[in-house]
Amino acid sequence: MLTIKNLHARLEEEPDTVILKGVDLEVPTGQVHAIMGPNGSGKSTMSYVLSGRDGYEVTDGAADLDGDDILEMEPDERAAAGLFLAFQYPVEIPGVGNMTFLREAVNAQRKARDQEEMSAAGFLKLVRAEAAKLEISPEMLKRFVNVGFSGGEKKRNEILQMAVLQPKMCILDETDSGLDVDAMKLVAEGVNALRSPDRSFLVITHYQRLLDYIKPDVVHIMAGGRIVESGGPDLALKVENEGYSDILKKSAA
Amino acid sequence: MNIMNDQKMILAQALLDGDTPSWGQPQRQAARERFLKLGAPMRRDEYWRYTDPSKFNQPLAPIEAAVVDPEVGDSGFGETEALTLVFVNGRLRSDLSDAIDIPGLEVTRLADGIEGSWAAEKLGALEVAGQEPVARPYAALNAALAVDGLAIRVTGDVPKPIHFRYLAEGADRAVYVRHVIDLAPEAALTVLESGAGGERFNAVIEVDIGDKATFRRKRLQNEAGADQVITHLFARLGEESALRSFTLTGVAGASKLVRNEAMIWLEGDEGSAHIAGGVMGDAKAHLDNTVFIVHDALNCESRQVFKNVLADEARGVFQGKILVKEGAQKTDGYQISQSVLLGERAEFDVKPELEIYADDVACSHGSTSGALDETAMFYLRSRGVSQDVAERLLVEAFIEEAIQEIDEEGPQAEALREAMRGHVAAWMSDRTT
Ligand SMILES: Nc1ncnc2c1ncn2[C@@H]1O[C@H](COP(=O)(O)OP(=O)(O)OP(=O)(O)O)[C@@H](O)[C@H]1O
Ligand SMILES: [Mg+2]
Repeated sequence: MLTIKNLHARLEEEPDTVILKGVDLEVPTGQVHAIMGPNGSGKSTMSYVLSGRDGYEVTDGAADLDGDDILEMEPDERAAAGLFLAFQYPVEIPGVGNMTFLREAVNAQRKARDQEEMSAAGFLKLVRAEAAKLEISPEMLKRFVNVGFSGGEKKRNEILQMAVLQPKMCILDETDSGLDVDAMKLVAEGVNALRSPDRSFLVITHYQRLLDYIKPDVVHIMAGGRIVESGGPDLALKVENEGYSDILKKSAA
Repeated sequence: MNIMNDQKMILAQALLDGDTPSWGQPQRQAARERFLKLGAPMRRDEYWRYTDPSKFNQPLAPIEAAVVDPEVGDSGFGETEALTLVFVNGRLRSDLSDAIDIPGLEVTRLADGIEGSWAAEKLGALEVAGQEPVARPYAALNAALAVDGLAIRVTGDVPKPIHFRYLAEGADRAVYVRHVIDLAPEAALTVLESGAGGERFNAVIEVDIGDKATFRRKRLQNEAGADQVITHLFARLGEESALRSFTLTGVAGASKLVRNEAMIWLEGDEGSAHIAGGVMGDAKAHLDNTVFIVHDALNCESRQVFKNVLADEARGVFQGKILVKEGAQKTDGYQISQSVLLGERAEFDVKPELEIYADDVACSHGSTSGALDETAMFYLRSRGVSQDVAERLLVEAFIEEAIQEIDEEGPQAEALREAMRGHVAAWMSDRTT
């Protein structure tokens, strides 16, 4: 279970810019939660702070995963603890092969958990099978990380990494944006295939459509660096139909 | 004569002290005079602005005749097949070397004397020419003091590389070795070089590349032992000929002082010269690559690619000049030097220079320096890759662009590139921070 309490964060370089202003959120194990919210409300910042990106300073509050304080950990330790972030903007890394990267990631995480390295053959088989499901071609696997990938291909590559790494807490930051209808279905199927009683998801999105495919247990609305409302799947429908103005007015009141 | 010149001469005189081999007169005497006249380099010389030569100017005893049998060990070039020629303290050791019996390849030893041979004329010719427009005094010093080396004449396409392995025995010695290589039209030769060579290792190669001939050189400067290294490559290229030079520099944990100079003349139309280096420095290493390319013919192409990884307190230097002479139209000159700074105290100094006297040319240079890309680091680490491994992956990717300058195809070339990658990975795990 991911537990976030009163999380405050600001920019290290500009301490006056406070972005997260008291986020409270719980994602119980086995559940799928969605976060919606206006542009600039702090959704990506929260996902970066949780995964340990430099540049943010947590000034108050806490975040733990199954009781372990993740804010104290290095980014790779968080990954080994089971946290995964599918980036809103996946990063291109010229010169580093996709397969090399995945292999290093899998083995690093196994090592951190005192497991043996995966055999080359076993690894190849696993990646090929998962890639096929996401319609990622063997040729794309040979390329450098995300280099020459279209926007949609990058997002599918994020899901491939997630499928291979099998994290227990998956944060998906706008994985649906930039995807065509078919790709969105592929991604949703990828996510749904991973749904299990011991895995949780936090799905950040602007569109109800993704949530038609990935049915959330709870929908949260983030605004101004806080969760201002939570509810069932119909909250997403309400946002889709009416926008945020009602909710924001209510929370301001 | 002013005070600075006096000092330069006094330093030069001290470096010349001691016995020298008797072979190679009268060239040797001429080189002594040349060196005295040029004087030893000093920090105040523009060409030595970023690299303090004072360490090079401290006299070290010349090397004695080698009587020891050092361990020859691993070649460093992996699976690459080559004919090995072993030098111990600068002297060829035939008993430790492969016999050379290849049609089209004639190898003679300088210490056996060169009077009356083709080499008598060529030895020193390019070095003398290379003293203009910028002096390269340590190359003249080498000509004065070289203990041995090879005269190599190539008239065919030599199928296997020859590998010069420079082994060193004993400390506090200066080792001077030189080679003169002549490639007849359409000939081809690949030379590999490796080994520490000596406490202070001074090596010169002069190569005259005939029309349509190809000379390739791959060098490893990654063995512990040599504290100071000074090398010069002088190359003249004829029509449609090609030069490919690649050097991988870097000994983990060693505060080496290295100065590699290349002086290249493109004198025939449609020649092509590529000089590349992967440079890795840690501790207090000081690694300087200085390249001077003269375009003096039509339609020639030159390329300089240097990738520096600098950790701890290491300092990298790149000075690269492209001189396009009048009439050298359609010159295509390219130069890139980049560094990744892994330590806050690491430093990279660059001096790119273009001097162009023709109007129809395309020359460009670029340089970058900075830490590893933070976004890429975070992305890798967010997938569980440790800081160390993430750094290694990014550094390997960075240096790969230099390794790709080894541009031959086929399994032998791939084996060579793979061996270079192995050295990069080893350096990454052993370096000081
Ligand atoms: N490194 C930064 N430097 C300056 N401003 C930043 C930085 N990171 C975040 N911000 C600001 O913080 C606010 C929240 O940004 P964030 O990316 O978290 O929003 P978001 O909710 O993910 O928006 P979107 O829906 O558009 O993706 C924005 O106003 C943004 O400009
Ligand atoms: Mg965002």
